[in-house]
Amino acid sequence: MITRRNLLEIALKGTAGLALSAAAFELADPKKLFADIMSDKAKVRWVFLVDTYKCVGCGFCVKACKTENEIPYDANVTRTWVERYVQTKDGKVFADTPKGGRDGFITEKIALGSGQFKDIKKEDITKAFFVPKLCNQCENPSCVQVCPVGATYQAPDGVVLVDRTWCIGCGYCIMACPYGVRFFHPKYHTAEKCNFCYHRINKGMKTACVGACPFGARMIGNLKNPDDPVTKVIMNERVSVLKEEFGTKPQVYYIGLDKEVK
Amino acid sequence: MVHGEIWTLKELFTYPNEYIYWSLQIVMYPFMTGLVAGAFVLSSLYHVFGIKELKEIARFALVFSFALLFAAPMPIVLHLQFPLRGTMIFMTPHFTSAIAAFGIVFSAYGAIVASELWFLYRRHFVEVAQPLKDKQDKSLLEWLKFIVFCSLTLGVYDISEESLKRDEKAIKILAGIGIPVACFLHGYAGFIFGSVKANALWMTPLMPVIFIMSAIVSGIALCMITYIGVMEANKFSAARQATNTYSRTGFRSKEEIGGAEIHVIRMTSKYLVFFLISAISLELLDLIFRGYTAVKSWDVLRSVIYGRDFVSIFILQYAIGNLVPFILFLIPGLTIRRAVIGCLLVLFGVFMMRYNVVIGGQAFSLTFAGYMHYLIPVIPHNWETFKEGVVGALGIFIMPFVLFWIFMKIFPVFEIKESH
Amino acid sequence: MKNHVFRPLIVVIGLVMIVLFIRLFVVPKDFGVGERGYMYGWHRKSSEDDWKAFKVKYQFSPDYCKDCHSANYDTIMKSPHAVIKCENCHGPALDHPSDPLKLSVDKSREQCLRCHFPLPYPTSGRSAIRGVDPEKHNPGVECVMCHNPHKPGLGGMK
Repeated sequence: MITRRNLLEIALKGTAGLALSAAAFELADPKKLFADIMSDKAKVRWVFLVDTYKCVGCGFCVKACKTENEIPYDANVTRTWVERYVQTKDGKVFADTPKGGRDGFITEKIALGSGQFKDIKKEDITKAFFVPKLCNQCENPSCVQVCPVGATYQAPDGVVLVDRTWCIGCGYCIMACPYGVRFFHPKYHTAEKCNFCYHRINKGMKTACVGACPFGARMIGNLKNPDDPVTKVIMNERVSVLKEEFGTKPQVYYIGLDKEVK
Repeated sequence: MVHGEIWTLKELFTYPNEYIYWSLQIVMYPFMTGLVAGAFVLSSLYHVFGIKELKEIARFALVFSFALLFAAPMPIVLHLQFPLRGTMIFMTPHFTSAIAAFGIVFSAYGAIVASELWFLYRRHFVEVAQPLKDKQDKSLLEWLKFIVFCSLTLGVYDISEESLKRDEKAIKILAGIGIPVACFLHGYAGFIFGSVKANALWMTPLMPVIFIMSAIVSGIALCMITYIGVMEANKFSAARQATNTYSRTGFRSKEEIGGAEIHVIRMTSKYLVFFLISAISLELLDLIFRGYTAVKSWDVLRSVIYGRDFVSIFILQYAIGNLVPFILFLIPGLTIRRAVIGCLLVLFGVFMMRYNVVIGGQAFSLTFAGYMHYLIPVIPHNWETFKEGVVGALGIFIMPFVLFWIFMKIFPVFEIKESH
Repeated sequence: MKNHVFRPLIVVIGLVMIVLFIRLFVVPKDFGVGERGYMYGWHRKSSEDDWKAFKVKYQFSPDYCKDCHSANYDTIMKSPHAVIKCENCHGPALDHPSDPLKLSVDKSREQCLRCHFPLPYPTSGRSAIRGVDPEKHNPGVECVMCHNPHKPGLGGMK
């Protein structure tokens, strides 16, 4: 038989337990959750545009990015890189990215890894081009979805950032990125990736790679501003994105993206 | 060198940041948690379904599962760049990530196993603690023993028939809940891989189920081997001490210690074969589907599965690790020796399956036009190659055996008295 | 007597309470669901400010250099090298002129070869840039020994 005292005890313990858990995990406010998702109050949504016709493979962008964002220069990781594609008459496609294009492309030979190179005769080339790549700051970032502790997240303006004080270094986000833009910082040992030079764009400057590019192959803009030159290109000209089939909704748009680009 | 660079050999066209980040410890992690889940399921087969022949091995399996439980998070602790921050999984869990949910499921599972053990051994705790409680002068060892066993009783000293019956019921319920939780546990490990859409080899809804089946297979196999090993060792030491009147397990006649019971082994191996068949069927189904649908990734996957990793997958995992033990177990008149060989091969096969999934998934580049070769660090020459290499992996594999030896002192596995 | 069966459950609940208690001290107060929701916005809010406060190294703005270095600026602006940013060769400005007092300059052959190694790639802007075979054209000598980077045409030859 349950006495009044017992009932009171059970009720007290029950509510205390539930309240503590709900408060502790802060998931108990559906109204707040929904409101934040539905109303996108942010006035800025950063978006990037790459013109692969203009890129000459000089690699100034990669060098500038490494210096600006303190990625050790000799480390074989980089927040942004440039790929080279060469298609020959027999339909074969060769691609390489020596040190991510950090020192430019100063040889005709395609790097195959392990010190091996492929010689391609000039007459055999049907088309060849350079493709700069960086973090796509996806609208549905699969890397953020898999972070177990909330160390990586999407800021209200669309940029995906990593909290270096919170990252546990599990590497799940690195495995989950379809574009291979993430890596472990050689010094800080946390997950690292391009963040659209968040410290620069918030001061009204352009990203380091956009600033460095002499040929205007890279541009950054605000998708929410219809008068932004980048937005105008995206809305009015033919553009494409990388690996659309993954559903991540990448926000780096390309002009002249060939089907051979991996 | 950046993390992963030292054991990665890149070929042809890969992205600059691609390395084998998830190495040997990430292979060990699902392997160890699989052993945990498998051992528990084996124990539950007796407690829930009352399969009498499994009674002896059931208790053994439960204690071993508990020992494995402590070894299971170790691969993660060694893999993380910030092991101490790993507790943040409990502080700020992001439940959209399989790893965060896994942390909670694993803890819940640990609670279930610990509780079940408590109910199973409660009588033993009380029987040890009670006389020590009454005893006036205790030696240091007796003091330690008193503290340990007294706290283990959780303040409950009632070992009447009625309370023991309630214990039995609790065990049955816990074992019953535990089976789906164990499936959840290893399903989640499979989900960690199966949900990564970026990886062409891992992305399949079959991954959680394949992991569960092979986990149970490995758990059963490990329990069988350890059970045989311990029973035979007991028999051996008892035979040597035939003239002694006291041995550690209490006085037993040679007849009582018969060594590993053959009918227990035969019964258990039937379940092992059943789960082995399920595991193999699912894996072959996955392979056949991939080849048939031949999506964009199939070209590079085919070159990895049928080319570069052919020996690892078809010879080591399927032939030596699955087919040979399958035949060994099916030949009628199973002997202890054949069971041991079969179990060892099965464990090897399950380990190779984890290896081929984790490392195989990183053997090809995201470009589908390049490869990465994993150079296993065998002889460590720095902290990283130690903790993420063969030495670290072996250490973790040995750990549950050491723990089990310690636990056997608190949870004696071989009691003659019928407690439950 | 109360049912002893629930003892382990009480222990488990006790452990959970301890974890939740520790959480109050360990988790930063501004950790929570951000504007992007729980799936994409679960984070410590002040991390955004940490990144905003990161030090700027490059200026990449012509206005930064042209007032003090007007001579070189005017020269290069009249040449095809006008598109190259000063800091591409001279390195990041940082707090120049206070720190560093002087900027270095990359005079290596590799620096020029970035654009001027001839790569005859149809459909790419690279094929429009004239180049030299570095193994045949004065190998081992710095390009700037003869060419003026601010006035790269033949008129600027040393």
